[in-house]
Amino acid sequence: MSEIPDNLHYTEEHEYVRPADDAGIVVVGITDYAQGELGDVVYVDLPEVGAKFNEMEEFGSIEAVKAVSQLFCPLAGEVVEINQALEADPALINRDPYGEGWMIKLEIRSRADLDQLLTAADYAQHVGE
Amino acid sequence: MNAGALKRTPFYDLHVAASAKMVPFAGFEMPVQYASITQEHETVRTGVGVFDVSHMGEFEFSGPDRNAWVNRLTCNDIAALQEGQAQYTALLNDDGTFIDDCIVYRFDDRIMMVVNAANAEKDWQHVVAHKSGVNARVKNISDDVALLAIQGPQSEALLQSLTAVSLSQLRYYHFEVGHVAGVDCFLARTGYTGEDGFELYFRPKHAETVWQAVVGRGGAVPCGLGARDTLRLEVGYPLYGNDIDDTVNPYEARLGWIVKLDKGAPFVGRRALETIKAKGGPTRRLVGLTMEGKGAIPRHGYDVYLKDRKVDIVRSGGFSPSLQMGIGTTFLPTHSVDPGTAIQIDVRGKRVEAVVAKLPFYTKGSVKSA
Repeated sequence: MSEIPDNLHYTEEHEYVRPADDAGIVVVGITDYAQGELGDVVYVDLPEVGAKFNEMEEFGSIEAVKAVSQLFCPLAGEVVEINQALEADPALINRDPYGEGWMIKLEIRSRADLDQLLTAADYAQHVGE
Repeated sequence: MNAGALKRTPFYDLHVAASAKMVPFAGFEMPVQYASITQEHETVRTGVGVFDVSHMGEFEFSGPDRNAWVNRLTCNDIAALQEGQAQYTALLNDDGTFIDDCIVYRFDDRIMMVVNAANAEKDWQHVVAHKSGVNARVKNISDDVALLAIQGPQSEALLQSLTAVSLSQLRYYHFEVGHVAGVDCFLARTGYTGEDGFELYFRPKHAETVWQAVVGRGGAVPCGLGARDTLRLEVGYPLYGNDIDDTVNPYEARLGWIVKLDKGAPFVGRRALETIKAKGGPTRRLVGLTMEGKGAIPRHGYDVYLKDRKVDIVRSGGFSPSLQMGIGTTFLPTHSVDPGTAIQIDVRGKRVEAVVAKLPFYTKGSVKSA
């Protein structure tokens, strides 16, 4: 069983979104389930700060020992910060996917967009847990 | 293979109990990893790990003409083997390409051939098709054999605590019949990791006894197919389906050393290999490659370019835990195989610089090679 916190929003592609403040900043990463399926992460390719993405546009990629996976932007927005710590220690994604293993902070258009995403219960059903 | 009909090895319940992640592989449900591929890899490089490789196929040849038959089927020379010795060899097609690579073990009264699980069925057809005029028998004993590979610099110490067979006397690619944890088995000093190690063959009904002795009392760390692949790639061992297949001949794969054209017995594929040799050798060769930039990892199937011309795909590829970089193999024209030669890999639409690297990538293994 993987961890699926109730207070986050999810995509079918296994990204999570956590509202970081009351304005429009959200934190994006991949779920505990996703890191478990990928195995040991060895490299993460993240975008530049200022990059803009549409909903479900590819924003980067993640290389594990056995496989590579694309990263999809859960919501339209602009990257305002990336997790620099992942360059030196990409395995943070395995150890703490919802905490120190976050990937990007995104400024989204409206908090209402969060309603498009899956709830924890929806996501748990999606991954069969 | 019917996807719903996956087979299980006699260790299946033990893998599940050890929280293995099970995946379909060659018609079996196999453990790809337990906790972490990189940790399992590191354990085998520095300590001792154990792999369930019971999915491998085993054929047993017996009868007066068994040696002649196996010599007709394989490109290496069975006559060069003493009893108690093993040999890496291959089954070839008439055109000299690989049907499979395999290991043969010579007993006093029989020969055992160990083949890749994914190829076992076609290997069997090939073996049977070349039986005419031979006074010998072959039996597919794959379902009657449990196989554990105990690998790593600490493997001799671990196994010696479980057997009376004098392991310090057992040389690389030799085997002995004996007991491990009280179970009848034979112990071969062979493996697929570049480390010292042993492969244990025994009856499936003893699977739990041996596993508990090796893992429980012995402390060997269970390792999955993921680590098996990274370990073998680092030491340049070919994998059927990636580096070799029925479009590749042994000279192209740098396996000319297993081809014995002059062994004094005809074998399937010999004529084609003689022709290739007479024409000056293969026009392409398998090479190692490493990525120049940090982060780009070559994966099986990525296109490979030499001077802007697509020459091949990445055959084997992945991240090397020991070297902490992306490594792989590909075929290049014979004139461009020198280490240091610049090539490019198409990594999901982006051309990334790579160089030809000397094989093996990893040279510090504890394997007791002759």
